[in-house]
Amino acid sequence: MTTKAMSPDYNSEFAISSAKLTRNFGDLTAVSALDLTVEKQTIYGFLGPNGSGKTTAIRLLTGLLKPTSGQVNVLGCQLPNEANKLRLQIGYMTQKFSLYDDLTVKENLQFIAKIYGLTANEQKARLSELLSIHQLTAQSKQLAGSMSGGQKQRLALAAAVIHKPKLLFLDEPTSAVDPQNRREFWEQLFDLCDQGTTILVSTHYMDEAERCHKLAILENGIKRADDTPQNLMSTMAAQVVEIAATDLRYIKESLTKLPEVISAAQLGTHLRVLVKKEVNQPIALLQKQPCLQSKNKLAIVRPSLEDVFVSCTGNEAIPT
Amino acid sequence: MIDLISESIGKRMKTSLLRIQAIVTKELLQLSRDKMTFGMVIMIPLVQLLLFAFAINTNVRDIPVGVVDHSQTALSRVLQQTVSATGIVTFTHHYHSTKAAQAAIDRSEVRGVLIIPKDVSQRLVRHPSVGFGLPPSSKQETSRPIAQWLVDGSDTVIANSIKSLRNMPLAELLDKPANRSTPTFEVTLLYNPEQRSVVNIVPGLVAVILTMTMIMFTSAAIVREQERGNMEMLITTPLAPMELMIGKIFPYIFIGAIQVSIILGLGHFLFNVPINGGLTQLALATFLFICASLVLGLMISTIAKSQLQSMQMTVFILLPSILLSGFMFPYEGMPVPAQYIAEALPATHFIRLIRGVVLRDVAVIEMSFDMLWLIAFTFIGLVIAAFRFKRTLD
Repeated sequence: MTTKAMSPDYNSEFAISSAKLTRNFGDLTAVSALDLTVEKQTIYGFLGPNGSGKTTAIRLLTGLLKPTSGQVNVLGCQLPNEANKLRLQIGYMTQKFSLYDDLTVKENLQFIAKIYGLTANEQKARLSELLSIHQLTAQSKQLAGSMSGGQKQRLALAAAVIHKPKLLFLDEPTSAVDPQNRREFWEQLFDLCDQGTTILVSTHYMDEAERCHKLAILENGIKRADDTPQNLMSTMAAQVVEIAATDLRYIKESLTKLPEVISAAQLGTHLRVLVKKEVNQPIALLQKQPCLQSKNKLAIVRPSLEDVFVSCTGNEAIPT
Repeated sequence: MIDLISESIGKRMKTSLLRIQAIVTKELLQLSRDKMTFGMVIMIPLVQLLLFAFAINTNVRDIPVGVVDHSQTALSRVLQQTVSATGIVTFTHHYHSTKAAQAAIDRSEVRGVLIIPKDVSQRLVRHPSVGFGLPPSSKQETSRPIAQWLVDGSDTVIANSIKSLRNMPLAELLDKPANRSTPTFEVTLLYNPEQRSVVNIVPGLVAVILTMTMIMFTSAAIVREQERGNMEMLITTPLAPMELMIGKIFPYIFIGAIQVSIILGLGHFLFNVPINGGLTQLALATFLFICASLVLGLMISTIAKSQLQSMQMTVFILLPSILLSGFMFPYEGMPVPAQYIAEALPATHFIRLIRGVVLRDVAVIEMSFDMLWLIAFTFIGLVIAAFRFKRTLD
């Protein structure tokens, strides 16, 4: 696997490939033996709770951190040795706003454009193009520090793509943004992807993760699962039973004690119960329980990404 | 082939210069929006010059002293007036006893006390400096001083001033022509014949103020980018460490030049400090020192983890730059280890250069050791700072 991952023609298909990528901070292993392949011109997601190693993984892939062990190849550059060569080809939008608060939108973009070596003419054309794509034309003379979360995020994206990178890293890009702005942001991402950019995005929002072409679920630095969202849901190692009842808190408490039940979560008037896949008749099993009455309605439903996430992370994680 | 290589080198140079220019523009824009810092650029040299030029004076005048007059004669009063006329001391208090006078010194009411004995007249006439020679007397009697000074000796400058009164001429006290003694040596004072402290202090002040502001500006430069989170973005770009370093120090060279103009201009017009050397020489010396100080700041910036730490390290450099550089105390008077420390500070070399240029009209090239030292410091420092600057987050 390791030798094959690093062979040249293997790289041509993938924007990113890593093998046993590991990074320790003292005793803490932030990223543990991560095997990753990201196809070109796709949007790849890192889904995981805070502290799951998403940011560290992105920093390793951008060359900002050196791996403790393992191999990484990004756009044909071996890291960490060829990190300098990689810089011109990638864009990176940091989790925290990292442009200058005391410069205006236009000044920030001009600064970044010059850093990437755009000539005066290219700069002018690219800037007005970016300002209109990201709806910042009206704010171009406003100080970045005085803008709203959504505007800052659009500016950060504009700055990250100013040099038309082949590969774009986005670290929790929508954490400070309202749902409307988030929708529009994803439209921009699909446009970029359509134009040939490969995008790696980290998130802890399920709905956002579901938009990705492919997805890796991370927990404690370990990749628990990776596939397309549809495959993850259909091959999930659990079945979902929805119960409509009144005394849901009590029912939840009783059911979670069963060894066959992975977890239960209340959704308004329903209780979503994850039952292990090997149980043949999950409804019959649950119906037998004394806490449930015959009038309660039970039904097997289609799993959501959250169910996938719950079933493969936390204490309930099913070893695969 | 060679054309191709030179073309690609030319292109690289061009993009490199573009990146440096980007940093310079950004720094200037940020500085122009930081009104407080911008004001400090002007106010620090202005206020400090006025403060120091007026305050620092090694020729002490009008030291408050008391008197205990045991003799209470016309002569004792004339003696007090003659002493007072030197301008070194002013009699502010009278005490009845030596004990009361000493208590007054203890509580810092006066810095010294003149004790005039009962027999001051007899002592005076027998004193050799008065020169009566008569009536004949025993050797012991003639060698008796006419009065005594009790001085708070903790401050050596004050003590020395009062000590200088020890041999003051007394002949005019008795309407006699002073018996002038021929000095052993003749001393000709060059460059500052009137012995005004400002002449020496103002050029030195250029060094102190530049050390303070230049190091402060750049010592915060890199740390600030880190603290505000901009560094994570900068290091993912193709910006090279050396480009960042040069871009960071460039704007401040002009700011340093503005400050030097304020100090020397005001010093010249307000305090009459001569500027004997050529302006080109002055500009050269200052340019070398500004670069060295900025680079020193950059080195601090690559070590410090926060702006507070960078500020502490600036003070750590600033204090020896004031005390050991020759600004306050002569370099020659310091013990050898202190001289080694002084040699390591850019301020020491600059103070020599600027005093040479401003006061003695020496060309910088004639003081080549100090010149080369500053140049070497700048280049080595720049390389160290760029080397220490990490492009990773490890």
